[in-house]
Amino acid sequence: MNKKYYPYVLIAPSVLFLLIFFVYPFIEVFVQAFTSSDGHVGLSNFENIFTDYNFLPSLKNTLLLALVVVPVQLCMAVGMSLMISKMKKGRDTVLYILTIPLGVSDLAAGIIWLAILDQNGFLNSFLFSIGVIDQPESWLNYQNPIIIFTAVVVAEIWRATAILLVILVSGIGLIPKEYYEAAEIFGANSWVRLWKVTLPLLRPSLQTALILRTLLAFEVFAVVMLLGGSNMPVLMGETFNWAFNYQDAGAASAYAVVILALSIVFTLFYLRVLRVPKGARI
Amino acid sequence: MSDLSYDEILEKEVREVNRKKKMWRWLFLSSVAFLVSWILFPIYLLVVNSLSSADVINGFPKNFWPAFDMESLHFFVNYYGVLGALKNSLIAALFTMVIAIGLGTPAGYALARFDFRGKETFRMLILLTRAFPMPLLALPLAVIFINVGLDDSLFGLSLVHTALALPFSVLITSSLFLGIPVELEEAAWVLGCNRWQAFMKVVMPLALPGLTASAVFAFVISWNEVFAAAVLTVNNQTLTAFLVQSLSTSPVEVKFAGGLILILPAILFLFVVRKYLFSMWGIANR
Repeated sequence: MNKKYYPYVLIAPSVLFLLIFFVYPFIEVFVQAFTSSDGHVGLSNFENIFTDYNFLPSLKNTLLLALVVVPVQLCMAVGMSLMISKMKKGRDTVLYILTIPLGVSDLAAGIIWLAILDQNGFLNSFLFSIGVIDQPESWLNYQNPIIIFTAVVVAEIWRATAILLVILVSGIGLIPKEYYEAAEIFGANSWVRLWKVTLPLLRPSLQTALILRTLLAFEVFAVVMLLGGSNMPVLMGETFNWAFNYQDAGAASAYAVVILALSIVFTLFYLRVLRVPKGARI
Repeated sequence: MSDLSYDEILEKEVREVNRKKKMWRWLFLSSVAFLVSWILFPIYLLVVNSLSSADVINGFPKNFWPAFDMESLHFFVNYYGVLGALKNSLIAALFTMVIAIGLGTPAGYALARFDFRGKETFRMLILLTRAFPMPLLALPLAVIFINVGLDDSLFGLSLVHTALALPFSVLITSSLFLGIPVELEEAAWVLGCNRWQAFMKVVMPLALPGLTASAVFAFVISWNEVFAAAVLTVNNQTLTAFLVQSLSTSPVEVKFAGGLILILPAILFLFVVRKYLFSMWGIANR
Protein backbone atom coordinates (compact mmCIF):
# COMPACT_ATOMS: atom_id res chain seq x y z
CA MET A 1 0.00 0.00 0.00
CA ASN A 2 1.23 3.45 -0.85
CA LYS A 3 2.58 5.17 2.23
CA LYS A 4 0.66 8.37 1.64
CA TYR A 5 -2.64 6.52 2.23
CA TYR A 6 -1.64 5.40 5.75
CA PRO A 7 -3.04 8.40 7.63
CA TYR A 8 -6.33 8.20 5.72
CA VAL A 9 -6.75 4.53 6.56
CA LEU A 10 -6.00 5.32 10.21
CA ILE A 11 -8.53 8.13 10.50
CA ALA A 12 -11.21 6.55 8.29
CA PRO A 13 -13.06 4.68 11.08
CA SER A 14 -13.23 7.78 13.27
CA VAL A 15 -14.32 10.00 10.40
CA LEU A 16 -17.07 7.60 9.38
CA PHE A 17 -18.25 7.31 12.95
CA LEU A 18 -18.29 11.06 13.47
CA LEU A 19 -20.15 11.70 10.22
CA ILE A 20 -22.99 9.48 11.37
CA PHE A 21 -23.07 10.26 15.08
CA PHE A 22 -21.87 13.84 15.14
CA VAL A 23 -22.16 15.74 11.85
CA TYR A 24 -25.65 14.57 11.02
CA PRO A 25 -27.29 15.27 14.41
CA PHE A 26 -25.18 18.45 14.60
CA ILE A 27 -26.80 19.75 11.41
CA GLU A 28 -30.18 18.73 12.77
CA VAL A 29 -29.63 20.88 15.86
CA PHE A 30 -28.80 23.90 13.68
CA VAL A 31 -31.83 23.25 11.50
CA GLN A 32 -33.98 23.22 14.63
CA ALA A 33 -32.38 26.35 16.06
CA PHE A 34 -33.04 28.39 12.92
CA THR A 35 -36.51 27.02 12.27
CA SER A 36 -39.30 28.85 14.05
CA SER A 37 -42.27 27.00 15.46
CA ASP A 38 -44.38 27.73 12.34
CA GLY A 39 -41.78 26.00 10.17
CA HIS A 40 -40.14 29.08 8.63
CA VAL A 41 -36.42 29.79 8.64
CA GLY A 42 -35.69 32.60 11.05
CA LEU A 43 -34.30 33.84 14.31
CA SER A 44 -37.44 33.57 16.41
CA ASN A 45 -35.90 30.90 18.66
CA PHE A 46 -33.01 33.21 19.43
CA GLU A 47 -35.41 36.10 20.09
CA ASN A 48 -37.22 33.81 22.51
CA ILE A 49 -34.16 32.90 24.53
CA PHE A 50 -32.47 36.35 24.37
CA THR A 51 -35.56 38.02 25.80
CA ASP A 52 -35.92 35.36 28.50
CA TYR A 53 -35.01 36.77 31.92
CA ASN A 54 -32.75 33.78 32.64
CA PHE A 55 -30.54 34.17 29.57
CA LEU A 56 -28.12 36.87 30.71
CA PRO A 57 -27.71 35.46 34.24
CA SER A 58 -27.06 32.00 32.85
CA LEU A 59 -24.50 33.35 30.36
CA LYS A 60 -22.83 35.37 33.13
CA ASN A 61 -22.78 32.46 35.60
CA THR A 62 -21.38 30.02 33.06
CA LEU A 63 -18.55 32.32 31.94
CA LEU A 64 -17.73 33.43 35.48
CA LEU A 65 -17.62 29.84 36.66
CA ALA A 66 -15.18 28.86 33.90
CA LEU A 67 -13.03 31.95 34.53
CA VAL A 68 -12.76 31.18 38.25
CA VAL A 69 -12.54 27.39 38.17
CA VAL A 70 -10.21 26.67 35.23
CA PRO A 71 -7.17 28.80 36.25
CA VAL A 72 -7.36 27.55 39.85
CA GLN A 73 -7.56 23.97 38.64
CA LEU A 74 -4.69 24.44 36.19
CA CYS A 75 -2.38 25.78 38.91
CA MET A 76 -3.46 23.02 41.30
CA ALA A 77 -2.97 20.32 38.66
CA VAL A 78 0.51 21.58 37.69
CA GLY A 79 1.49 21.73 41.37
CA MET A 80 0.04 18.31 42.09
CA SER A 81 1.69 16.67 39.09
CA LEU A 82 5.08 18.19 40.01
CA MET A 83 4.54 17.02 43.57
CA ILE A 84 3.80 13.48 42.38
CA SER A 85 6.81 13.45 40.07
CA LYS A 86 8.98 14.32 43.09
CA MET A 87 7.54 11.60 45.31
CA LYS A 88 9.27 8.30 45.93
CA LYS A 89 7.47 6.49 48.72
CA GLY A 90 3.71 6.14 48.45
CA ARG A 91 3.33 8.02 45.20
CA ASP A 92 1.18 5.27 43.65
CA THR A 93 -1.23 5.50 46.55
CA VAL A 94 -1.32 9.30 46.47
CA LEU A 95 -1.89 9.39 42.73
CA TYR A 96 -4.69 6.87 43.04
CA ILE A 97 -6.39 8.92 45.74
CA LEU A 98 -6.00 12.19 43.85
CA THR A 99 -7.54 10.66 40.73
CA ILE A 100 -10.56 9.20 42.52
CA PRO A 101 -12.78 12.14 41.44
CA LEU A 102 -12.25 10.96 37.84
CA GLY A 103 -14.78 8.30 38.66
CA VAL A 104 -17.24 10.64 40.32
CA SER A 105 -19.97 12.03 38.08
CA ASP A 106 -21.08 15.61 38.49
CA LEU A 107 -24.36 14.15 39.71
CA ALA A 108 -22.58 12.26 42.49
CA ALA A 109 -20.30 15.23 43.25
CA GLY A 110 -23.40 17.35 43.68
CA ILE A 111 -24.84 14.79 46.09
CA ILE A 112 -21.57 14.67 48.07
CA TRP A 113 -21.38 18.44 48.48
CA LEU A 114 -25.08 18.59 49.24
CA ALA A 115 -24.41 16.22 52.14
CA ILE A 116 -21.86 18.73 53.43
CA LEU A 117 -23.53 22.05 52.68
CA ASP A 118 -27.16 21.13 53.22
CA GLN A 119 -29.10 22.75 56.07
CA ASN A 120 -28.78 19.51 58.08
CA GLY A 121 -25.36 18.85 56.59
CA PHE A 122 -21.90 18.25 57.99
CA LEU A 123 -20.67 21.84 57.67
CA ASN A 124 -23.47 23.11 59.87
CA SER A 125 -22.96 20.21 62.29
CA PHE A 126 -19.29 21.17 62.58
CA LEU A 127 -19.99 24.89 62.99
CA PHE A 128 -22.64 24.03 65.59
CA SER A 129 -20.29 21.81 67.58
CA ILE A 130 -17.61 24.51 67.81
CA GLY A 131 -20.24 27.08 68.71
CA VAL A 132 -20.18 29.35 65.65
CA ILE A 133 -23.89 28.90 64.95
CA ASP A 134 -26.81 28.16 67.30
CA GLN A 135 -29.09 26.50 64.79
CA PRO A 136 -28.75 24.98 61.30
CA GLU A 137 -28.29 27.75 58.75
CA SER A 138 -29.67 27.41 55.24
CA TRP A 139 -26.66 28.48 53.15
CA LEU A 140 -27.84 27.37 49.73
CA ASN A 141 -30.90 29.58 49.36
CA TYR A 142 -31.73 32.41 46.98
CA GLN A 143 -30.56 35.06 49.46
CA ASN A 144 -26.97 33.86 49.19
CA PRO A 145 -26.12 33.79 45.46
CA ILE A 146 -22.42 34.26 46.25
CA ILE A 147 -22.41 31.29 48.64
CA ILE A 148 -24.17 29.14 46.04
CA PHE A 149 -21.61 30.20 43.44
CA THR A 150 -18.75 29.46 45.85
CA ALA A 151 -20.24 26.07 46.68
CA VAL A 152 -20.39 25.18 42.98
CA VAL A 153 -16.80 26.39 42.51
CA VAL A 154 -15.60 24.23 45.41
CA ALA A 155 -17.51 21.19 44.17
CA GLU A 156 -16.17 21.68 40.63
CA ILE A 157 -12.58 22.07 41.85
CA TRP A 158 -12.99 18.96 43.98
CA ARG A 159 -14.48 16.96 41.12
CA ALA A 160 -12.71 17.95 37.93
CA THR A 161 -9.07 18.72 38.79
CA ALA A 162 -8.20 15.04 38.43
CA ILE A 163 -8.83 15.18 34.67
CA LEU A 164 -6.09 17.80 34.29
CA LEU A 165 -3.85 15.91 36.72
CA VAL A 166 -3.84 12.66 34.75
CA ILE A 167 -3.04 14.41 31.46
CA LEU A 168 -0.23 16.45 33.04
CA VAL A 169 1.33 13.57 35.00
CA SER A 170 1.33 11.53 31.82
CA GLY A 171 2.90 14.49 29.96
CA ILE A 172 5.60 15.07 32.58
CA GLY A 173 6.46 11.38 32.45
CA LEU A 174 7.25 11.75 28.76
CA ILE A 175 9.83 14.52 29.24
CA PRO A 176 13.27 12.92 28.89
CA LYS A 177 15.35 13.07 32.07
CA GLU A 178 18.39 14.17 30.05
CA TYR A 179 16.85 17.63 29.63
CA TYR A 180 16.81 18.14 33.38
CA GLU A 181 20.32 16.80 33.76
CA ALA A 182 21.54 19.17 31.05
CA ALA A 183 19.73 22.10 32.67
CA GLU A 184 21.27 21.21 36.03
CA ILE A 185 24.78 21.07 34.57
CA PHE A 186 24.24 24.57 33.20
CA GLY A 187 23.29 25.71 36.69
CA ALA A 188 19.52 26.00 36.43
CA ASN A 189 17.82 25.78 39.81
CA SER A 190 14.49 23.98 40.22
CA TRP A 191 12.48 27.18 39.57
CA VAL A 192 14.29 27.82 36.28
CA ARG A 193 13.96 24.15 35.34
CA LEU A 194 10.20 24.40 35.86
CA TRP A 195 9.83 27.43 33.60
CA LYS A 196 12.45 26.59 30.97
CA VAL A 197 12.15 22.79 30.71
CA THR A 198 8.97 21.35 32.23
CA LEU A 199 6.33 23.86 31.21
CA PRO A 200 7.50 24.44 27.60
CA LEU A 201 7.79 20.69 26.99
CA LEU A 202 4.44 20.17 28.65
CA ARG A 203 2.71 22.47 26.18
CA PRO A 204 0.92 19.78 24.13
CA SER A 205 -0.49 18.28 27.32
CA LEU A 206 -1.40 21.70 28.72
CA GLN A 207 -3.21 22.55 25.51
CA THR A 208 -5.24 19.35 25.52
CA ALA A 209 -5.98 19.66 29.22
CA LEU A 210 -7.10 23.29 29.03
CA ILE A 211 -9.35 22.79 26.01
CA LEU A 212 -11.06 19.77 27.54
CA ARG A 213 -11.53 21.39 30.92
CA THR A 214 -12.81 24.76 29.69
CA LEU A 215 -15.36 23.23 27.35
CA LEU A 216 -16.52 20.91 30.14
CA ALA A 217 -16.93 23.97 32.34
CA PHE A 218 -19.38 25.38 29.77
CA GLU A 219 -21.40 22.16 30.06
CA VAL A 220 -21.65 22.23 33.85
CA PHE A 221 -25.12 21.15 34.83
CA ALA A 222 -25.90 18.51 37.44
CA VAL A 223 -23.72 20.01 40.21
CA VAL A 224 -25.40 23.38 39.77
CA MET A 225 -28.81 21.74 39.66
CA LEU A 226 -28.23 20.03 43.00
CA LEU A 227 -26.52 22.88 44.85
CA GLY A 228 -28.21 25.91 43.33
CA GLY A 229 -31.39 24.66 41.73
CA SER A 230 -33.15 27.49 39.93
CA ASN A 231 -31.20 30.08 41.93
CA MET A 232 -28.15 29.76 39.74
CA PRO A 233 -29.11 29.39 36.07
CA VAL A 234 -26.37 28.15 33.74
CA LEU A 235 -26.48 27.71 29.95
CA MET A 236 -26.63 23.92 29.95
CA GLY A 237 -29.31 23.89 32.65
CA GLU A 238 -31.42 26.34 30.64
CA THR A 239 -31.00 24.13 27.57
CA PHE A 240 -32.32 21.25 29.64
CA ASN A 241 -35.24 23.33 30.90
CA TRP A 242 -36.29 24.44 27.42
CA ALA A 243 -36.00 20.93 26.03
CA PHE A 244 -37.79 19.10 28.83
CA ASN A 245 -39.83 21.40 31.03
CA TYR A 246 -41.00 23.77 28.27
CA GLN A 247 -40.83 21.12 25.49
CA ASP A 248 -39.38 23.71 23.09
CA ALA A 249 -36.73 21.92 21.01
CA GLY A 250 -36.12 25.04 18.89
CA ALA A 251 -35.18 27.23 21.85
CA ALA A 252 -33.10 24.41 23.35
CA SER A 253 -31.22 24.13 20.06
CA ALA A 254 -30.70 27.90 20.06
CA TYR A 255 -29.11 27.58 23.52
CA ALA A 256 -26.97 24.77 22.17
CA VAL A 257 -25.80 27.07 19.37
CA VAL A 258 -24.82 29.73 21.94
CA ILE A 259 -22.79 27.19 23.96
CA LEU A 260 -21.21 26.00 20.73
CA ALA A 261 -20.17 29.53 19.73
CA LEU A 262 -18.57 30.14 23.14
CA SER A 263 -16.74 26.83 23.00
CA ILE A 264 -15.32 27.50 19.54
CA VAL A 265 -14.06 30.94 20.57
CA PHE A 266 -12.21 29.52 23.58
CA THR A 267 -10.84 26.53 21.67
CA LEU A 268 -9.37 28.77 18.97
CA PHE A 269 -7.91 30.97 21.71
CA TYR A 270 -6.07 28.04 23.34
CA LEU A 271 -4.91 26.66 20.00
CA ARG A 272 -3.33 30.02 19.18
CA VAL A 273 -1.85 30.83 22.59
CA LEU A 274 -0.42 27.38 23.28
CA ARG A 275 0.54 26.55 19.70
CA VAL A 276 3.32 23.97 19.59
CA PRO A 277 5.83 24.85 16.86
CA LYS A 278 6.84 21.78 14.88
CA GLY A 279 10.54 22.11 15.68
CA ALA A 280 9.83 22.43 19.40
CA ARG A 281 8.15 19.06 19.79
CA ILE A 282 9.92 16.44 21.85
CA MET B 1 38.54 37.85 69.06
CA SER B 2 39.33 35.32 66.43
CA ASP B 3 37.69 34.58 63.11
CA LEU B 4 35.65 31.45 62.79
CA SER B 5 37.71 28.62 61.49
CA TYR B 6 37.00 27.16 58.08
CA ASP B 7 35.50 24.05 59.68
CA GLU B 8 33.11 26.06 61.79
CA ILE B 9 31.84 28.01 58.78
CA LEU B 10 31.33 24.80 56.85
CA GLU B 11 29.50 23.20 59.74
CA LYS B 12 27.24 26.20 60.06
CA GLU B 13 26.40 26.11 56.37
CA VAL B 14 25.66 22.41 56.42
CA ARG B 15 23.34 22.94 59.37
CA GLU B 16 21.59 25.78 57.54
CA VAL B 17 21.09 23.64 54.43
CA ASN B 18 19.77 20.77 56.51
CA ARG B 19 17.34 23.06 58.26
CA LYS B 20 16.00 24.32 54.93
CA LYS B 21 15.74 20.78 53.60
CA LYS B 22 13.76 19.75 56.65
CA MET B 23 11.45 22.71 56.28
CA TRP B 24 10.78 21.92 52.61
CA ARG B 25 10.19 18.31 53.45
CA TRP B 26 7.70 19.25 56.12
CA LEU B 27 5.92 21.64 53.76
CA PHE B 28 5.88 18.98 51.06
CA LEU B 29 4.45 16.28 53.28
CA SER B 30 1.78 18.51 54.77
CA SER B 31 0.58 19.61 51.33
CA VAL B 32 0.38 15.96 50.27
CA ALA B 33 -1.61 15.21 53.42
CA PHE B 34 -3.87 18.18 52.80
CA LEU B 35 -4.62 17.20 49.18
CA VAL B 36 -5.29 13.59 50.11
CA SER B 37 -7.76 14.52 52.85
CA TRP B 38 -9.34 17.15 50.60
CA ILE B 39 -10.28 14.34 48.21
CA LEU B 40 -11.12 11.63 50.72
CA PHE B 41 -12.98 13.48 53.44
CA PRO B 42 -16.05 14.49 51.37
CA ILE B 43 -16.37 10.89 50.13
CA TYR B 44 -16.07 9.69 53.72
CA LEU B 45 -18.92 12.00 54.72
CA LEU B 46 -21.10 10.58 51.93
CA VAL B 47 -20.31 7.09 53.24
CA VAL B 48 -21.29 8.18 56.75
CA ASN B 49 -24.59 9.48 55.42
CA SER B 50 -25.27 6.35 53.39
CA LEU B 51 -24.59 4.12 56.38
CA SER B 52 -27.06 5.95 58.58
CA SER B 53 -30.77 5.45 59.07
CA ALA B 54 -33.24 7.90 57.57
CA ASP B 55 -33.84 9.51 60.98
CA VAL B 56 -30.15 10.27 61.47
CA ILE B 57 -29.80 11.67 57.94
CA ASN B 58 -32.66 14.07 58.52
CA GLY B 59 -31.50 14.92 62.06
CA PHE B 60 -29.19 17.66 63.33
CA PRO B 61 -26.43 17.95 64.37
CA LYS B 62 -24.86 15.09 62.48
CA ASN B 63 -22.48 12.49 63.80
CA PHE B 64 -19.14 12.31 61.99
CA TRP B 65 -18.89 8.56 62.59
CA PRO B 66 -20.84 6.01 60.54
CA ALA B 67 -23.53 4.11 62.42
CA PHE B 68 -23.18 1.12 60.05
CA ASP B 69 -26.91 1.10 59.68
CA MET B 70 -27.81 -0.54 56.35
CA GLU B 71 -31.37 0.74 56.32
CA SER B 72 -30.87 3.39 53.60
CA LEU B 73 -28.78 1.20 51.30
CA HIS B 74 -31.07 -1.76 51.76
CA PHE B 75 -34.12 0.35 51.06
CA PHE B 76 -32.54 1.81 47.93
CA VAL B 77 -31.33 -1.47 46.43
CA ASN B 78 -34.47 -3.46 47.12
CA TYR B 79 -37.10 -0.89 46.43
CA TYR B 80 -35.92 0.22 43.03
CA GLY B 81 -34.07 -2.80 41.62
CA VAL B 82 -30.96 -0.71 41.20
CA LEU B 83 -28.87 -3.77 40.45
CA GLY B 84 -30.27 -4.08 36.92
CA ALA B 85 -29.52 -0.43 36.24
CA LEU B 86 -26.02 -0.94 37.63
CA LYS B 87 -25.45 -3.81 35.22
CA ASN B 88 -26.76 -1.74 32.30
CA SER B 89 -24.43 1.11 33.18
CA LEU B 90 -21.47 -1.27 33.28
CA ILE B 91 -22.30 -2.85 29.93
CA ALA B 92 -22.79 0.50 28.19
CA ALA B 93 -19.53 1.83 29.69
CA LEU B 94 -17.52 -1.22 28.59
CA PHE B 95 -18.91 -1.00 25.03
CA THR B 96 -18.01 2.68 24.96
CA MET B 97 -14.49 2.06 26.22
CA VAL B 98 -13.71 -0.59 23.62
CA ILE B 99 -15.17 1.33 20.66
CA ALA B 100 -13.60 4.66 21.65
CA ILE B 101 -10.09 3.24 22.08
CA GLY B 102 -10.38 1.09 18.96
CA LEU B 103 -11.39 4.04 16.80
CA GLY B 104 -9.43 6.75 18.57
CA THR B 105 -5.94 5.30 18.88
CA PRO B 106 -5.22 4.95 15.13
CA ALA B 107 -6.56 8.45 14.53
CA GLY B 108 -4.43 9.87 17.35
CA TYR B 109 -1.39 8.16 15.87
CA ALA B 110 -2.15 9.57 12.42
CA LEU B 111 -2.45 13.09 13.86
CA ALA B 112 0.85 12.78 15.70
CA ARG B 113 3.00 11.12 13.04
CA PHE B 114 1.77 12.13 9.60
CA ASP B 115 1.36 15.35 7.67
CA PHE B 116 -1.45 14.88 5.26
CA ARG B 117 -4.00 16.90 3.34
CA GLY B 118 -7.06 17.39 5.49
CA LYS B 119 -5.19 16.95 8.77
CA GLU B 120 -6.27 20.33 10.08
CA THR B 121 -9.83 19.67 8.91
CA PHE B 122 -9.86 16.41 10.82
CA ARG B 123 -8.41 18.12 13.90
CA MET B 124 -11.09 20.78 13.68
CA LEU B 125 -13.78 18.10 13.33
CA ILE B 126 -12.49 16.45 16.50
CA LEU B 127 -12.34 19.73 18.40
CA LEU B 128 -15.78 20.77 17.16
CA THR B 129 -17.07 17.50 18.56
CA ARG B 130 -15.72 18.50 21.94
CA ALA B 131 -17.06 22.00 21.49
CA PHE B 132 -20.62 20.82 21.45
CA PRO B 133 -23.01 19.79 24.19
CA MET B 134 -22.99 16.26 22.84
CA PRO B 135 -25.77 14.83 25.02
CA LEU B 136 -28.19 17.00 23.03
CA LEU B 137 -27.35 14.99 19.93
CA ALA B 138 -29.29 12.17 21.55
CA LEU B 139 -32.55 13.88 20.53
CA PRO B 140 -32.22 13.53 16.73
CA LEU B 141 -30.41 10.22 17.18
CA ALA B 142 -33.33 8.76 19.12
CA VAL B 143 -35.41 8.90 15.91
CA ILE B 144 -32.74 7.17 13.82
CA PHE B 145 -32.33 4.44 16.43
CA ILE B 146 -36.04 3.63 16.26
CA ASN B 147 -35.73 3.23 12.48
CA VAL B 148 -32.74 0.88 12.65
CA GLY B 149 -33.97 -1.06 15.68
CA LEU B 150 -31.40 0.26 18.15
CA ASP B 151 -33.93 2.06 20.34
CA ASP B 152 -33.74 1.28 24.05
CA SER B 153 -30.56 -0.73 23.48
CA LEU B 154 -27.36 -0.40 25.46
CA PHE B 155 -25.37 -0.71 22.23
CA GLY B 156 -27.17 2.30 20.73
CA LEU B 157 -26.57 4.28 23.91
CA SER B 158 -22.89 3.35 23.93
CA LEU B 159 -22.60 4.62 20.34
CA VAL B 160 -23.78 8.03 21.54
CA HIS B 161 -21.42 7.79 24.51
CA THR B 162 -18.62 6.94 22.09
CA ALA B 163 -19.35 10.13 20.20
CA LEU B 164 -18.70 11.84 23.54
CA ALA B 165 -15.59 9.83 24.38
CA LEU B 166 -13.94 9.52 20.96
CA PRO B 167 -12.56 13.08 20.80
CA PHE B 168 -11.02 12.62 24.26
CA SER B 169 -9.46 9.42 23.10
CA VAL B 170 -8.10 10.97 19.85
CA LEU B 171 -6.76 14.13 21.51
CA ILE B 172 -5.13 12.32 24.42
CA THR B 173 -3.54 9.60 22.29
CA SER B 174 -2.29 12.15 19.77
CA SER B 175 -0.57 14.25 22.43
CA LEU B 176 0.76 11.02 23.87
CA PHE B 177 2.27 9.87 20.56
CA LEU B 178 3.61 13.39 19.97
CA GLY B 179 5.58 12.98 23.17
CA ILE B 180 7.23 9.73 22.03
CA PRO B 181 10.28 10.52 19.90
CA VAL B 182 9.79 9.43 16.29
CA GLU B 183 13.50 8.53 16.25
CA LEU B 184 12.78 5.48 18.43
CA GLU B 185 10.43 4.19 15.77
CA GLU B 186 12.87 5.01 13.00
CA ALA B 187 15.54 3.03 14.83
CA ALA B 188 13.19 0.04 14.93
CA TRP B 189 12.57 0.37 11.17
CA VAL B 190 16.30 0.42 10.52
CA LEU B 191 16.66 -2.71 12.64
CA GLY B 192 14.17 -4.51 10.42
CA CYS B 193 10.76 -3.91 11.97
CA ASN B 194 7.92 -2.93 9.69
CA ARG B 195 5.67 -0.08 10.68
CA TRP B 196 3.22 -2.26 12.58
CA GLN B 197 5.94 -4.15 14.47
CA ALA B 198 7.70 -0.93 15.35
CA PHE B 199 4.45 0.47 16.68
CA MET B 200 3.66 -2.62 18.76
CA LYS B 201 7.18 -3.15 20.11
CA VAL B 202 8.42 0.40 20.62
CA VAL B 203 5.54 2.88 20.74
CA MET B 204 2.92 0.72 22.42
CA PRO B 205 4.85 -0.03 25.65
CA LEU B 206 5.62 3.68 26.02
CA ALA B 207 2.06 4.71 25.24
CA LEU B 208 0.26 2.09 27.31
CA PRO B 209 -0.18 4.15 30.51
CA GLY B 210 -1.64 7.05 28.54
CA LEU B 211 -3.87 4.73 26.55
CA THR B 212 -5.10 3.33 29.84
CA ALA B 213 -5.81 6.81 31.09
CA SER B 214 -7.81 7.49 27.95
CA ALA B 215 -9.68 4.20 28.39
CA VAL B 216 -10.55 5.25 31.92
CA PHE B 217 -11.93 8.47 30.50
CA ALA B 218 -14.12 6.64 28.01
CA PHE B 219 -15.50 4.38 30.70
CA VAL B 220 -16.14 7.20 33.13
CA ILE B 221 -17.73 9.43 30.49
CA SER B 222 -20.27 6.75 29.70
CA TRP B 223 -20.80 5.78 33.32
CA ASN B 224 -21.51 9.35 34.38
CA GLU B 225 -23.61 10.48 31.43
CA VAL B 226 -27.18 11.37 32.29
CA PHE B 227 -28.97 13.23 29.51
CA ALA B 228 -28.52 10.84 26.56
CA ALA B 229 -29.07 7.85 28.83
CA ALA B 230 -32.40 9.24 29.97
CA VAL B 231 -33.49 9.94 26.37
CA LEU B 232 -32.33 6.71 24.76
CA THR B 233 -33.16 4.04 27.35
CA VAL B 234 -36.64 3.30 28.63
CA ASN B 235 -36.63 -0.24 30.02
CA ASN B 236 -32.85 -0.67 29.94
CA GLN B 237 -32.17 2.37 32.10
CA THR B 238 -28.65 3.05 33.23
CA LEU B 239 -27.96 3.97 36.83
CA THR B 240 -27.60 7.71 36.19
CA ALA B 241 -30.81 7.94 34.18
CA PHE B 242 -32.51 5.98 36.89
CA LEU B 243 -31.14 8.14 39.72
CA VAL B 244 -31.99 11.44 38.09
CA GLN B 245 -35.56 10.37 37.50
CA SER B 246 -36.01 9.28 41.08
CA LEU B 247 -34.09 12.17 42.66
CA SER B 248 -36.87 14.71 42.32
CA THR B 249 -39.39 12.46 44.09
CA SER B 250 -37.18 10.41 46.37
CA PRO B 251 -36.40 11.03 50.05
CA VAL B 252 -32.96 12.33 51.06
CA GLU B 253 -31.60 9.00 52.25
CA VAL B 254 -32.20 7.53 48.79
CA LYS B 255 -30.21 10.41 47.25
CA PHE B 256 -27.19 9.70 49.43
CA ALA B 257 -27.36 5.92 49.04
CA GLY B 258 -27.71 6.40 45.28
CA GLY B 259 -24.72 8.73 45.23
CA LEU B 260 -22.59 6.14 47.02
CA ILE B 261 -23.69 3.34 44.71
CA LEU B 262 -22.92 5.59 41.74
CA ILE B 263 -19.34 6.33 42.80
CA LEU B 264 -18.36 2.94 44.27
CA PRO B 265 -17.84 0.99 40.99
CA ALA B 266 -15.97 3.94 39.50
CA ILE B 267 -13.59 4.06 42.47
CA LEU B 268 -13.08 0.29 42.22
CA PHE B 269 -12.44 0.56 38.50
CA LEU B 270 -9.80 3.22 39.03
CA PHE B 271 -8.26 1.00 41.68
CA VAL B 272 -7.98 -1.86 39.19
CA VAL B 273 -6.25 0.25 36.53
CA ARG B 274 -4.04 2.11 39.00
CA LYS B 275 -0.98 0.05 38.12
CA TYR B 276 -1.24 1.27 34.53
CA LEU B 277 -1.49 4.83 35.78
CA PHE B 278 1.64 4.17 37.82
CA SER B 279 3.68 2.89 34.91
CA MET B 280 3.73 6.49 33.73
CA TRP B 281 6.82 6.77 35.93
CA GLY B 282 8.35 3.89 34.10
CA ILE B 283 8.53 6.26 31.16
CA ALA B 284 9.99 9.03 33.27
CA ASN B 285 12.81 6.79 34.40
CA ARG B 286 13.90 5.61 30.98
